[in-house]
Amino acid sequence: MTERRLAWQLLLGANAVIMILPLLVMLLSATRTNAEIFASPLGLPTRAALANVVKVWQETDFPLYLANSVIVTTGSVAAILVFGTMAAYALARYRFRGAGAVYLFFVAGLMLPLKLAIIPLFIQLDTLHLLDTRLGLILVYVAMGLPSAVFILTGFLRTLPGELEESARLDGACELMVMLRIMLPLARPALVIAGIQNAVPIWNDFFFPLVILTSDRLKTLPQGLTIFMGEFNTDWGVLFAGLTLAALPITLVYIALSRQFIAGLTQGAIK
Amino acid sequence: MTRRRPLPPKVRRGLWVACLLAPAAAVMTLFVVVPVLGAFADAFRSFQGPRPTGWVGLANLRDVLFVAPYAAATWRALGHNIVVLLSLMVVQNGLAYLIAFALLKALPGHRVHQVIVFLPVVLSAIVVGILWKLLLNPIFGAVNETLALIGIQGLPWLGDARTALGSIIAANAWHWMGFPALIFLAAMQRIPREALEAARIDGATDRVLLARIIWPLVAPATTIVVVLTFIGSFNWFELPYVMTGLEGSPGGATDVLGLLFYRTAFGAVSSGLEDFGHGSALAVLMFVVVAAVSAVALRVLRAREIEL
Repeated sequence: MTERRLAWQLLLGANAVIMILPLLVMLLSATRTNAEIFASPLGLPTRAALANVVKVWQETDFPLYLANSVIVTTGSVAAILVFGTMAAYALARYRFRGAGAVYLFFVAGLMLPLKLAIIPLFIQLDTLHLLDTRLGLILVYVAMGLPSAVFILTGFLRTLPGELEESARLDGACELMVMLRIMLPLARPALVIAGIQNAVPIWNDFFFPLVILTSDRLKTLPQGLTIFMGEFNTDWGVLFAGLTLAALPITLVYIALSRQFIAGLTQGAIK
Repeated sequence: MTRRRPLPPKVRRGLWVACLLAPAAAVMTLFVVVPVLGAFADAFRSFQGPRPTGWVGLANLRDVLFVAPYAAATWRALGHNIVVLLSLMVVQNGLAYLIAFALLKALPGHRVHQVIVFLPVVLSAIVVGILWKLLLNPIFGAVNETLALIGIQGLPWLGDARTALGSIIAANAWHWMGFPALIFLAAMQRIPREALEAARIDGATDRVLLARIIWPLVAPATTIVVVLTFIGSFNWFELPYVMTGLEGSPGGATDVLGLLFYRTAFGAVSSGLEDFGHGSALAVLMFVVVAAVSAVALRVLRAREIEL
């Protein structure tokens, strides 16, 4: 029995090493000079050196790319949650003709890989003068994120009891107030899940910015990293520092909110 | 201005519902429905730059499937996608199944292990790809340095046609393994404890538990994992793009449909200018293959699921 447990414990331990070690090498190499890395790729930093990080921050467009990623991700997720909640609220709390068809219309989008429609999407954005704009990219992400948001939020809003709503209506509250003051505060957990589920893939996305954005000043972090890799392809310390800085924000948020992250990212698949 | 008579409640409510639905429906129509329908139309058109110049029937589809020089690249890329799919199915998902079982045992530190195994999943494929490209460097990379410690002579992993695709597959497994692992874990946690304990008392070993008892009971999770792995393998783009480049070097050894589609549609050194017609034909083929195989897989896999 104990031997058997030991084998499984060893498997988990070995897995943890394989998962963590590459990230650790990245973190340590970010503080080492090129010469040190070339002399021994696995060595420890000889002194606390932030030179690479400073170089990334001051001599490259990294802060710009970071800001662009923040703007695009926040804008998209905010719009997904607002529009998604509105639609889900209508579907979950009101009975109207064609509700089933409208729900199917939204949820069918879950199955469509929008990447494969990139050519008409590109032409469409060109026609609307949205090519190479943040708004164009955001609208694509909103369209991509709405199906899952509507799906999760409709499911959740349907489970809320009707009595609260009715008593507020009897007290004379209008529909908008019922929605904003009574129902939505209760939907917070579902909003967090829907938010994370969309924020992570949008923050990490590379394909849509690659096609839609061409101006350097608009590029997002993953796109910026590939440019960066071309510019500094011999300066490994700087490359590792750039990777570390790029991975850091989401890693820290993940460690703080791991339960919600895991639920958010696996939920769409399990339900 | 005269005061308007208030609308009847029923109409008011109808308007309110319509207002709630309108923004989401508008964005979805404009940026999902229209482009997806357009994608099918574009496959049958010829293009001059971004402008359609006329209908060409099945010519684009015929070219990418049967006519040189398009066809050879298509079939080679498809072959690589299939290799990716099968390897990930066995290596990534097989390991995930074992890790999920180890996590199910609630050994000391299992919560920390759960967080660790899922950590790479939240990182961008670009970060993962660049990181592994640096680690796999034949001269300065940490992988060969580590292998040297145990006396193994490393290879130029990404530069050698025999190991390049496998190396990217390994990076993919590192990146995504936590995802199927936690889906399997969630499914295993839903199995009634009594069922597992009863089997144990009857003398079932871990191997028997995993193969005979848990495996059929987590069938719904397997369905999801298989379908998502399939869709993921056929949409493979970011990892090969950053690790071996848009041309799928060395010598096309890592070329996959995603790269080929991007090169054909938006232009590259090897395929010249943008060609939306042939690009769309490839996109439609990929879409049809993914949709058809997913539908069949769902049907077959659902049939083996049993209600708990």
